[in-house]
Formats: sequence, C-alpha cells, structure tokens
Amino acid sequence: MTTQDDALPMARKPLDLRSLLDNWAMLLAAVGIFVLCALLIDNFLSPLNMRGLGLAISTTGIAACTMLYCLASGHFDLSVGSVIACAGVVAAIVMRDTDSVLLGVGAALLMGLIVGLINGIVIAKLRVNALITTLATMQIVRGLAYIFSDGKAVGVSQDQFFIFGNGQLLGVPVPILITLVCFLFFGWLLNYTTYGRNTMAIGGNPEAALLAGVNVDRTKIIIFAVHGLIGALAGVILASRMTSGQPMIGQGFELTVISACVLGGVSLSGGVGMIRHVIAGVLILAIIENAMNLKNIDTFYQYVIRGSILLMAVVIDRMKQR
Amino acid sequence: MHAQLNKRDTAGASLCFSGIGKTFPGVKALDDISFTAHPGQVHALMGENGAGKSTLLKILGGAYIPNSGTVGIGERTMAFKCAADSIASGVAVIHQELHLVPEMTVAENLFLGHFPARFGVVNRRLLRQQALACLKGLADEIDPQEKLGRLSLGQRQLVEIAKALSRGAHVIAFDEPTSSLSAREIDRLMAIIGRLRDEGKVVLYVSHRMEEVFRICDAVTVFKDGRYVRTFEDMGTLTHDQLVTCMVGRDIEDIYDYRPREHGAVALKVDGLLGPGLREPISFQVHKGEILGLFGLVGAGRTELLRLLSGLERSSAGHLELYGQKLLLRSPRNAIAGGVLLCPEDRKKEGIIALSSVAENINISARGAHSGFGWLLRDNWEKSNADKQIKALKVKTPNADQKIMYLSGGNQQKAILGRWLSMPMKVLLLDEPTRGIDIGAKAEIYQIIHNLAASGIAVIVVSSDLMEVMGISDRILVLCEGALRGEQRREHATESNLLQLALPRQRADGQAN
Repeated sequence: MTTQDDALPMARKPLDLRSLLDNWAMLLAAVGIFVLCALLIDNFLSPLNMRGLGLAISTTGIAACTMLYCLASGHFDLSVGSVIACAGVVAAIVMRDTDSVLLGVGAALLMGLIVGLINGIVIAKLRVNALITTLATMQIVRGLAYIFSDGKAVGVSQDQFFIFGNGQLLGVPVPILITLVCFLFFGWLLNYTTYGRNTMAIGGNPEAALLAGVNVDRTKIIIFAVHGLIGALAGVILASRMTSGQPMIGQGFELTVISACVLGGVSLSGGVGMIRHVIAGVLILAIIENAMNLKNIDTFYQYVIRGSILLMAVVIDRMKQR
Repeated sequence: MHAQLNKRDTAGASLCFSGIGKTFPGVKALDDISFTAHPGQVHALMGENGAGKSTLLKILGGAYIPNSGTVGIGERTMAFKCAADSIASGVAVIHQELHLVPEMTVAENLFLGHFPARFGVVNRRLLRQQALACLKGLADEIDPQEKLGRLSLGQRQLVEIAKALSRGAHVIAFDEPTSSLSAREIDRLMAIIGRLRDEGKVVLYVSHRMEEVFRICDAVTVFKDGRYVRTFEDMGTLTHDQLVTCMVGRDIEDIYDYRPREHGAVALKVDGLLGPGLREPISFQVHKGEILGLFGLVGAGRTELLRLLSGLERSSAGHLELYGQKLLLRSPRNAIAGGVLLCPEDRKKEGIIALSSVAENINISARGAHSGFGWLLRDNWEKSNADKQIKALKVKTPNADQKIMYLSGGNQQKAILGRWLSMPMKVLLLDEPTRGIDIGAKAEIYQIIHNLAASGIAVIVVSSDLMEVMGISDRILVLCEGALRGEQRREHATESNLLQLALPRQRADGQAN
C-alpha cells in the first residue's frame, strides 16, 4: 500500500481513511444505530414497525431534499411547515368543492409553488434576509390555512386521493417510494446539472459566483420555488395519509427538517451539502424517534433527547474542522 | 496574570523556529523549518508562491497548530493553541486581510476585547484617551472617534499596528503589508518598521517586493516548497540576483518577457464612461492583441473602472463598443456573454469558490455552453476541460478534485484564468493579477498574458506595481482621483513620468477620499 503510493505520488488519489470517514460517517452512524435498535429493541424489525418507520421518514425526507438546496445556497426556509398544512387544506377544500382529485392536488402544488416563488423573489431580488422573509411567510401561510379551513380539519372522501398516502406498489407504501424517488432525483440534480452546481457555488461564495457569470438571482428563486412545490407535495401525501386536510399540523416541522439536514452534515453557512447527508440525518432522527416510541419514552423527554443529539452532532462537526 | 508573565520574559528575546512541520490533506505545507530571528532586526521571509511563508505566520499567530516542531521566544518554548495564546505571549501578526471591524470606531477597534470598563460599562472618555495615546507618533491624524471603515487601507494598517503595540507585542510579523498601499503610505510604514526595529522588537517581514526587502531588512530567510533554503545575514553583500536565484532555484533575466506584437482593430471602445468612483467621464480604447496597463495610486478609481467594464457596477453615463457593436452591461452575465472577462483583485472574496474543487472553479462559467439543454452536465467535458486547463496553465494541484482553498494564491489565480480560457474571450480584464504572488508564478502569469494577447485578445491590466505595468504593457493609462490623467506609450514610459501623472496635483495623498 505504502510502496504503491510512493511509486505513484501524483497519479493516484491516496486512499484517505479520514476523508472517507468524513464523507460517509453519518450514513455509517445511521446504519449503526439501526443495527443497534434491531438487536436491542423487540419488535423493531417487525414489518409493521418498519412500515411505520418508513412513513415517518417520508414526510421529513421529501421536504429535506429541497431544504438541502436552500441550505447549500446559504439560506434556509422556515415556511415549509406551514406550506405542508396549507397544501393539505387546499387540496381537501378544492376536492370537496369540485370532486376532482387532479384539481385538488394541482391547486395544492400551485399554492406551494407560489409561496416558494414569493420567498425566492423577496430574498433574491429585494435582498431581504431569508430568516425574516420565511418567518413572515410561515405565519402568513399558516394563517391562510386556518382561514381556508375555518380552523377545522377538512375531510376528504375521494378514494383515489388516498393512493398518495396509503397506496402500495409491490408491497411498498407509495409515500416511501416517492421519498426514494426524491432522494435519487435531487441527489442527481445536485451533482449532474448546472442548477445543482450553481447552487453550491452561490452558497460557497456568492460574489465569486456572480462574477463567474452564474445567474444568482434566478437560481435562488428556483431553489425556493422548488422547495415550496415539494413542501406542498409532502403536505398532499400527509393529508392523504390522514384522510383530511388539517390546518394545525406541521408546527415546528421546518426545524425538524433543518435539524435532519444539519445532523447529516449539511453546512448552515452554505456551500457544503450532499444528498447522503440528508438521507443520513433523516434516518438517524426517524430511527431514534421510533426507538423512543417503542421504548415508551415520554414525549417530553423525547424533545430533550432529540435536541441533545442535534447539539452533539453539530459540536462534533465543529471539532472535526479544527 | 499569565500573559503578563510571558510578556516580561519575552522583552529582548529572539524568536526561534525549530523543526516546524505542517501538513494539510494532500499537501506538505512546511517541512522541518528552523531559523532564528533576532531582536532589533527586520527579518524578511521570501519565497515563491506556496513556499510556506503565510503558513508559518499562521502558526506564529496561533491560527494553525504545527504537526511537529516548536516556536521559541527567548528561553521559553511556546505552544500556541489559539490566537489568544499567541497575543498573550507578545506576538502580533499583521495579516494582509486586516482583522478589524469596519463598523466600529478606531478606538473601539484598538481595545476590542479589553475595553476600559467598570462593571461592564465602557468608560468612553478613558477609551478615547487611551486610543489617542496608542495612535500618538504612529498616526496622529487619525481621529479615534472615526469609523474604521472610513479610513484608507494604509491607515487601517496603522491602527492594526497600534493595536499590536498597545498589547505589548514583542514579535511583530507583517504579511505583505504594502500590497495595497500608495507610495507615500509605504514610506510611512517603512519609517514605523524602522522604529520598531530600533526599539529592539523582532520584526518578521513577508513580501515579494525586492526593493522593500533591500530597503528595510537586516536578514532574509528564503523558503522554497515548504522547506528552508538559507538565511542571508549580510544584506550589504547580497545582490538582487543572488536572492532571486535562491528563491526560484534558477536564473531569471527578465520575468516580464515582453515581446512586441501586432495590434489589430479597436476591440473595446469606452466613451464618456461615468459611474461610482469616477469623477470625470473616461474615454479610451484598447486594440485587438494589445496589453493596456492601468496605473494609479490607491483610490484612483482603477478597480472601480474595471467593475464598470465587467458589469458588476452600472454606469451612470457613457457607452461601450465591442468591435463596433454596442455593449450594454446590466450584470456580469452581459459582459461575460460578450466575451469581456474579469479576474478580480480580491481572489478569495470575489474569485474562487473556496470549498469547491479546482475543476469546479474552472468549469463553472463555461459549462452552460457544454451541457445538454444547457443544464445537464457532460462528465467527459467537465473532466477533460479541467485537466486541459490545469495542464496548459501548469496549475500545481495533486488532482482536479482538490479543494481550491488548499492551493497557493498563484495557482488559484491560474485556475481563474483557466475558467476564462474555457470561454470565448475577447477582452480580458485583470485587476492586480499578481498581487500576493511570488516571482516564479508571476513570470508564468506574465507569459500567459502575453500568449493571450498574441492570440488576439485585448488585455487591460490594473496594477499598483509600477515595474509590472511598465514591464508588460504596450500602452499605459494613468488614473488619478477618479479621472484619466494621461497616457504613455511603452517606449516613453518611465517611472518618474508615470508617478508624476498618478500623484494628485495639489493636495498630498494618503487621506481617505
């Protein structure tokens, strides 16, 4: 090994255990936690629980895919929790009034897209801080969800709509399939398109990206618009699983999504992020939550544990950079 | 308490590096560096790009922890774990990028971290008095109540020096202190460094400028590729050529390597251009295959002019013509689409994307034209283009996937040139293309510039290095206080007539404009 490296110092990339660990550590940790839970907790591996775990991953996972783009470009989006609730409500109301699943889902997605566009335009063109912008839209959209639904859950009676949440393909629930497709698609998009690479460049150094000819404003607007759209998709799936559009769900969801990304290794300051970070973060959070539920740990303690894990992960990440 | 103890011990002591080594992933930045700098001496550190001078200063300043070796001050061995350790031991490193807060006043900057306060309430009057005392003799004209951001770069540097002295620094290291100063500011800095030496401080001086080193330094240590080469203690007998040969490891006669070229049609015509930073409308033209130098002191409007030409700033009047076609610039994208490409002055801030790979930094601009439907990356092109530019420009990197932040300044600059060489180019704008770059890499960059011009590209080079402007340009425009002051052809340009044009007519320079 060493002799080979000496012979070809430039031609070969040295097999660097450290960088290998840096890149895959969190995914390995996720697998490790999974194995540990499988060994220590009864019923963890039962088909029913695995299904529940998969469904728990799906909503966070879908939204985390596009949150990755927000974070990688040096921003973030707090409005996603409200978008999820509002999308469910909009879908349910439109279906109630038109009896068309297509129109309902379409309206929900359009709503998400518009919220995302507004976020993107205000942030990119008017140069308002992303925290403030999305804090504002988070409240506006949440308010709209309550207004549209009059504060109550809106039931859905169209059977076709339940395919999104409760359907199965080859025994795998549809939400899990959609999540997998999102992981693959957004992972590919990040690495193999100008859009993905420009996102990373903007987060890494916005001024340099601008001077290099990247259309910074347009890319930012697309990032937020896509995030709004995908958030609405997650909302539709959730509404389908719950057979109703509920205006109060998804409170604090945006923070769960951001925690999952950061836990997996996405940098809050932009320019660093990969889809495997997102997958790892989402998996770890979901597995631990699932395990805590199986062990009947009190919800109040679950908050403390989740927060501690996030803090630990971020501290370890800082220490690695030293 | 601890700090006080250290400071007392260090007075009159020499600074001794022994066996310092530092490795970064894939790069050995320093390898077994040992030498001693004595009190009452200005000790220059010289070497090519990536020779390890900046890394050594970072170790001295506590920003990096060496993998091996020790730093000693007098009898004591120091183990700096962070910047605070180093400051407490009486070490001050004045970096190229100053560590000051532009939004705070000069006085606040001077005492950042230890304001004179009682129960946490800052005593403003005492702060002002102490600040005045600090600045006395260094920069009497600076008002401590002034916001730091309103001072000139030279003045900010003096504030940094005053801060170091107020903390009782015994070892003061300067990293390229003159790279953005005007001639007069340099004179003042030299006088101050001379005074520090006479007071018995250890002064380390990193610079690429030979004339400064010969003017002020008592000893020179030369590094090459992270290794110690030798220390010259006797500046009287050391010649310019000897030093250069030692640094480069080969003889160089003329690093500018100027060759006359044919000039073609007018490439870029600037007519009555006005915008932020310019006081009078500016008109000039540059021809195909010509290298046009833009010289001026700091604040003359050179960078501002380039920002207008690259579309980064919008002009308020005037227009541009590119080969007879009107060129409207709303953003850098318009300029890039037209083939007017800028290599910015501040590589770190505006040039490179530090966390991304060398390949990524090279391909970012051109890839749109080489992608499927404009957005699907073509792996083949990505790889081959990066490798082609790395090879053509001799970028020193272990591979194309190395993060660009680990490369030296010269190699980062080459990567940015590679970015533009991947594009259709008509006019190349270079803002201080060799700032902070050593002689060896400089020569390579001059070579690249000449080859580009010879291939029919019009080049505009902004530089505050008079020798450089005279060495590479076919024609030189001189700016002063936001206005065009004159033009000299290469044959007629001399140091004195260019400086004459660059100096403000009536008032002395050195003040923030």
